[in-house]
Amino acid sequence: MDRMDRRGFLQCAAWTGAAVMWTAAGGVLSSRVVTPASAMEAPAGAFSFVQISDTHIGFKGQANADAAATLQQVIDRVNALPTRPAFVLHTGDQTHGQKAGAFDTVAELLKGVKTERTFYVPGEHDVFLDGGKEYLERYGQGTVGGRGWQSFDYRGTHFIGLVNVLKYKGEGMGSLGDEQLEWLAKDVAALGSSTPIVVFSHVPLWAVYPAWGWTTEDAERALGGLRRFGSVTVLNGHIHQVLQKVEGTVTFHTAMSTAFPQPAPGSAPAPGPMKIPEAEARRMIGVTEVAYVPGRQPLAIVDSTLG
Amino acid sequence: MLKLTSLVAVAVAGILLTASHVPAARPASVDIKDFRYGPAMLTVPVGAQVTWTNHDEESHTITSATGAFGSAGLSHDETFTQTFARPGTYAYFCALHPQMRATIVVR
Repeated sequence: MDRMDRRGFLQCAAWTGAAVMWTAAGGVLSSRVVTPASAMEAPAGAFSFVQISDTHIGFKGQANADAAATLQQVIDRVNALPTRPAFVLHTGDQTHGQKAGAFDTVAELLKGVKTERTFYVPGEHDVFLDGGKEYLERYGQGTVGGRGWQSFDYRGTHFIGLVNVLKYKGEGMGSLGDEQLEWLAKDVAALGSSTPIVVFSHVPLWAVYPAWGWTTEDAERALGGLRRFGSVTVLNGHIHQVLQKVEGTVTFHTAMSTAFPQPAPGSAPAPGPMKIPEAEARRMIGVTEVAYVPGRQPLAIVDSTLG
Repeated sequence: MLKLTSLVAVAVAGILLTASHVPAARPASVDIKDFRYGPAMLTVPVGAQVTWTNHDEESHTITSATGAFGSAGLSHDETFTQTFARPGTYAYFCALHPQMRATIVVR
């Protein structure tokens, strides 16, 4: 497996001009701007993966005239990484409102990513029209009961993909539901507390901004069962911007969209796509790369934009 | 003076008569803007057609709370029209943003 080397860190940093690397070690999290002085050689055995989110294929508007084109640009960035990602996590809203043909376009574009495999969880845009029928026909295979949620292990790290958009009613927030929560409790029961955990889902598993539905009503029930672990990283999408929070040994991170940015919580009358000049918008859409180094438990999250 | 009063009365009656016909004569519409349905409550006569127009960049739906009617995702400037043949109170929401809620009253 390739490793995230000094050059890789430098290139990541160069994309944004101010890449921030988060490092979690033994529950203590620190961040620093990635500079030549701070870019370190990673030990052999490290791996990295990429999070792509909110591709919104089918969206067309002033915020982005061609969401397929910006996704392709993000894919080109991923393929130019000096470290080939072990796999890709797509954290939902592949399509914009299940527009006809959108799933096909995403699948076709993602075939071009140089990686072994892509894992998916749905966003509300992928399932709202038909209750998830088309999504699960395409991506349900290999998930628990064909319902879309799943877990897998990669080099000692336990990855958990959760579905929190299929009961998207009531107060307009994400929900996991009893069945999935019971599965989750069993799924991690046998794991030692030193096992690094990565959870990924579409709607944030923390209360980013409930007034806009940016939260999951029963997330605490899921996280409660994960607090015994020394390192938990929660990766979400949905809100089209990077936000981070640390709570004990749990680090929360939301990813940018590859299609268009959304306003910061409460900063606008509504959470609609932001209409801003293209050059500026390109600094607000992009991709997340996560580097994991076994043994020392550090986990570096680097967000890279197109601009 | 008496004559003037009756003229005023006739004029008022005329206005009331016209007003009561307005909902039937004018197509009913709901505008979606900034993640809100406007008006949030719309009263229409039986048989009325209601047309929703999405003015947001983000897609929205018109989804009946009881499943009685529903649209696909409306993109910017797209419309959806529904005819209400029976009296009743029809609650609906946006399936993509369920905090968006509104009601059509048919009578």
